[in-house]
Amino acid sequence: MKGWLALAALILVHAAQAAEPHSGYQDASPATRAMQDNDSENPGFLWVQQGESLWSTAPQPGGQSCADCHGAPATLRGAAARYPAFDAGLKRPVTLEQRVNLCRTEHQHAPKLLQESDALLGLTALIGLQSRGMPVAVQTDGPMQPFRDEGQALFTTRMGQLQLSCSQCHDQLAGQRLGGSLIPQGHPNGYPLYRLEWQSMGSLTRRLRNCLTGVRAEPFAADSPELVAIEIFLAGRARGLVIETPAIRP
Amino acid sequence: MVRVLINVPKTARRGEVIELKVLISHPMETGQRRNDMGQPIPRDIIHSFRCTYNNELVLDADFYPAISANPFLSFTALAEESGQIVMTFTDDHGVEQTESRAITVA
Repeated sequence: MKGWLALAALILVHAAQAAEPHSGYQDASPATRAMQDNDSENPGFLWVQQGESLWSTAPQPGGQSCADCHGAPATLRGAAARYPAFDAGLKRPVTLEQRVNLCRTEHQHAPKLLQESDALLGLTALIGLQSRGMPVAVQTDGPMQPFRDEGQALFTTRMGQLQLSCSQCHDQLAGQRLGGSLIPQGHPNGYPLYRLEWQSMGSLTRRLRNCLTGVRAEPFAADSPELVAIEIFLAGRARGLVIETPAIRP
Repeated sequence: MVRVLINVPKTARRGEVIELKVLISHPMETGQRRNDMGQPIPRDIIHSFRCTYNNELVLDADFYPAISANPFLSFTALAEESGQIVMTFTDDHGVEQTESRAITVA
């Protein structure tokens, strides 16, 4: 009886550990953490700097800049923590990158910024930075529920030639090693982030594409609804973690 | 124009050893890679870096292709008097950029 109780307690402790979200920051090496902690050593701030200059320049001569409508970037404090968010007009959720581009096409009458362009990464890093330290607060119920559920389905579906689901590594094997690298829980709380392997800034969609090609699956197209659904599910899964944008990861 | 993050203390005590940190946004293309068409990608690195403190040389460095993209440098100087810390670097396109920061020594 005593043995069974101990076993039950052990299982409970284990379940609690699995449920506790754990930021990639905690797994990073002390050098990487120090880089992220010091704004003058964090290369992500090079993109933030670019974002700041874009924020106050109108994309079209005579047009409006971000600052003309929003004022200082600080007015968007908390915004990045809520994205992806439901757009009532489009009747679908949009990511922060898509929101910036919607702003550009609808209000600034300017062409979209390319995915993974320094300009788009700069603006999203600047907006993300305003929410740094705030908990991830993406809505996953109400109109977002079906999209979150789709994301969960994708997260748990085996894909690619390796027939692996996201969940098999990032839920079941998180904390263990794949070759020399630690398998993180895969939380989206630091994006856009500077990845040492990329020697560059990258968005969450770049990371997802990276994972998909890693299991030898055909990556979802940029801006596809599947990627948005996964982003929503990941955000719901990361509840309790704080935004670290611009984070550094190995 | 290259984006640069420079961390120089605004004030220091006389005789204090100050740490100067600079992070430069640059692709640092080695010249050894090829593009999708098999053509070599021309080398594009920052090849020289100089830092002066009131016109006195603190660091003069030559960089080679093994330096990472977005290089980060950290070095020290002795704070003796108030003045300007000037950093100049040149890349393979011949673009020379100068950044300066003021320091007050009390």
